Amino acid sequence: MIEALQFDFMRNALMAGVLVSIACGIIGTYVVINRIVFLSGGIAHAAYGGIGLGYFFKFNPVLGAIIFSLASALGMGMVHRKTRQRADTIIGVMWAIGMALGIIFVDLTEGYKADLMSYLFGSILAVPSGDLLIMLALDIVIMLLVMLFYKELLAVSFDETFAAVSGVPVDAIYLMLVSMIALTVVMMMRVVGLIMVIALLTMPAAISGMLVRDMKKMMVLAIILGVLFTTTGLWFSYSLNLTSGATIILVSGFAYLLAMASRPLLRPMWPESGQ
Amino acid sequence: MTQPTATETPREVISVRHVWAGYDHEPVLEDINLSVGELDFIGLIGPNGGGKTTLLRVLLGLLSPMRGEVRVMGQSVKEGLHHIGYVPQAVELDRDFPIKVWHVARMGRLGKRGLLQRYTAKDDKIVAEALRSVEMLDLRDRPIGELSGGQRQRVYIARALAKEPTILLLDEPMASVDPQVSASIYDLLSQLNERITILMISHDMTAISSHVKTVGCLNRRLFYHGGEHLTPEMLELAYRCPIELIAHGVPHRVFPKHDVEEARR
Repeated sequence: MIEALQFDFMRNALMAGVLVSIACGIIGTYVVINRIVFLSGGIAHAAYGGIGLGYFFKFNPVLGAIIFSLASALGMGMVHRKTRQRADTIIGVMWAIGMALGIIFVDLTEGYKADLMSYLFGSILAVPSGDLLIMLALDIVIMLLVMLFYKELLAVSFDETFAAVSGVPVDAIYLMLVSMIALTVVMMMRVVGLIMVIALLTMPAAISGMLVRDMKKMMVLAIILGVLFTTTGLWFSYSLNLTSGATIILVSGFAYLLAMASRPLLRPMWPESGQ
Repeated sequence: MTQPTATETPREVISVRHVWAGYDHEPVLEDINLSVGELDFIGLIGPNGGGKTTLLRVLLGLLSPMRGEVRVMGQSVKEGLHHIGYVPQAVELDRDFPIKVWHVARMGRLGKRGLLQRYTAKDDKIVAEALRSVEMLDLRDRPIGELSGGQRQRVYIARALAKEPTILLLDEPMASVDPQVSASIYDLLSQLNERITILMISHDMTAISSHVKTVGCLNRRLFYHGGEHLTPEMLELAYRCPIELIAHGVPHRVFPKHDVEEARR
């Protein structure tokens, strides 16, 4: 691994892993505690429609992904908030339509489609320096928003009704949250690919949530775990010559299963009082 | 607040007049009239689906009535909302939610601190006082998921108190606690009632009728006359088929035997 560091692409890959883990740890925590993993998966897959659009109209597919993921996030968020029943069905439908649109647009596009696979399965080893700057900017935006609206985000996540009664603009805060999910998804697309985004978004936060019972600590630990998983995954991928995105996911998945299995052992450390 | 008729006792804090409310044009509440006076302690009981939650949602401004008018402290629901401390049902909780007692109670200050405003030292003082009054200050660093049902209920009451309300609105406060614990929470509520008006809804008739000052029945219509006992008449009107409905969990013989005349006046 040390000798691999002399390569620019390796340094960029490690840096991308760190930057993505920051967004992932913060936003993943909200995804896990709000139980909107399915919605986040929908946003990720619908983003593929934007990729296809970018290919077809010859503009940067990442831009298309941002537009599509933001639009689908707001749409799904609205459905999630306003429809009492069958919200998951509608989200599932939007998920599939977005994906299908992407595939059709790609079909209709003439000529060679470079990099198409990298959007689906990630290509952390091919992250250009310019993308690192975009990732850094997105991290800063996410951290700033979360810091500014921390108490509202916590209130809406914990008890929406109470938040509403306290005068918190619940809908606006919620839509801001799903928009941040959309931006995080686009960032992560580079690392693990759209298909596996939800896995990396949720696993570090989920493991972290098993270990700590405080939201800020949960975020910090999730970030550390994310860095650990991407770095370890990258190392395995490099030394065993395996697809990087999938390797990172498998490392995270293994850690998650391990944490689940050892949970009964950890539990007694926090005795339940009463009941 | 300018209250020209301050001499008049008891002051009306909530007034519900001819309110119809429901969902999708289907009224759940029909012609509700209710006047809550200062320092009242009212318990409303009723069957599931009888509109208890709907009434609460109307009082909290989460649902606009189809007809009729609600005033809180003489103001519209929206303006009067900051006078109301709300204690939700404690049953639906994600036990893994990463939040401590202190942070839950501090949410009571949300209404006072708008967007982009931080909680202040004054907020901390009020939150500490609220937690102390429900005897939960010692557990301030405990994750909420590790508390018992009764403790959690106390934290929710503290959160409502941190808002410094004039009125406390409770939704099934004893839903997830055992009888002993609920007795201690009723004691706490009676104590709070010395300075705060309390309105609670519940289907737990036995306890409610022995702890609150006045009771009413709610089943689409409200049967409330400011009396301290449930009368068989009220129950029969509210629960169209009393015995069967009462039988779920609560044997009907526990109702105080009293003369209808007394409660009817």
